[in-house]
Amino acid sequence: MLLNNRQGYGSVAIILHWLMAVLIIGLFAMGLWMVELGYYDSWYNRAPELHKSLGILTLFIFLFRVAWRFANPLPDPEPSLKVWERKASRFVHISFYLLIFIVILSGYLISTAGKNPVPFFGWFELPGLFTPFEHQEDIAGEVHLAASWLMMALVALHTLASLKHHFFDRDKTLLKMLGRNR
Amino acid sequence: MKIRNLVTIALVFSLASVTPAWSDEYVIDKKGQHASINFRIQHLGFSWLTGRFNDFDGEFSYDEKNPEAAKIIVNINPASIDSNHAERDKHLRSDDFLDVEKYETATFVSTAVKDVADGKATLVGDFTLRGVTKSIEIAVAKVGEGKDPWGGYRMGFQGTTKLVLKDFNIKKDLGPFSQEVELYLDIEGVRKQ
Repeated sequence: MLLNNRQGYGSVAIILHWLMAVLIIGLFAMGLWMVELGYYDSWYNRAPELHKSLGILTLFIFLFRVAWRFANPLPDPEPSLKVWERKASRFVHISFYLLIFIVILSGYLISTAGKNPVPFFGWFELPGLFTPFEHQEDIAGEVHLAASWLMMALVALHTLASLKHHFFDRDKTLLKMLGRNR
Repeated sequence: MKIRNLVTIALVFSLASVTPAWSDEYVIDKKGQHASINFRIQHLGFSWLTGRFNDFDGEFSYDEKNPEAAKIIVNINPASIDSNHAERDKHLRSDDFLDVEKYETATFVSTAVKDVADGKATLVGDFTLRGVTKSIEIAVAKVGEGKDPWGGYRMGFQGTTKLVLKDFNIKKDLGPFSQEVELYLDIEGVRKQ
């Protein structure tokens, strides 16, 4: 089934979730690695180009995912969830969407400072549309790093919570995102 | 920053007070932008990369009859580095290079003038960059001086020097061809009224 229903996620939502998980964690690790590369490293120029392209890919998937999220019913939380757990998970999910957007936007603003375009796998370039403030690349750089670390803290929390539901509460929260509850 | 500025101002005033009365005092023409501090560094040994510092100011004194007594002080804002590439400039401002958040000013204060001949000379002075102060030598040549058409009196000179990046704690290694950076200074001063 492609679409979500009240009982569980459809395959599209599940694929979007895991695809973004791989991209976001991968891009985070890549970002930390690429800024430490030596000047004569063969990846010195290639890694940032790839990082930008994958970041733009994440933007497209993110936009589609948000549209998909509103076009589909949201599965009901597991009945065993306590009120605070529902509130906390909702807070974490909304924070994820916000942080993903902030990280992508700040990354775009680093790359497009000075009105440079952002490459997309040598296929096309996303133009630098606006230069909103002075020292754009420095401020955007700090926001990009801080928001990324914050997101990784949320990833850890999100992962621990899913494991808690699976192994301690023994509910279907994690199984639903693996498409295994139907 | 503030304290260093005060120290600089105090230095300028003390220099002003010890310079002989016949010496002329000039302010670097920042307002009209008739001065520039440019740098160039080799890229991989294949070409030269040129950039500049957009924000600096300074004063100098010069007397034709006594050129050895000339003095100059220049303050550079390292954050104003401009290599016409925003992402590279961001990298140059970071702690890999100039660390401009920690070291907010670079200064050159002359200490001596030597080898004066034919309008050329070697200017010796203390250069502070990234918190490191080192004595450097700048080869200077006077370009010209005289009355400008607007009621002022101007004098200009050129200077060149070389810095070793590691001497100023710049740790990022750009490879064997890029250990040194050349500085090209074009300075025009307007005589104080």
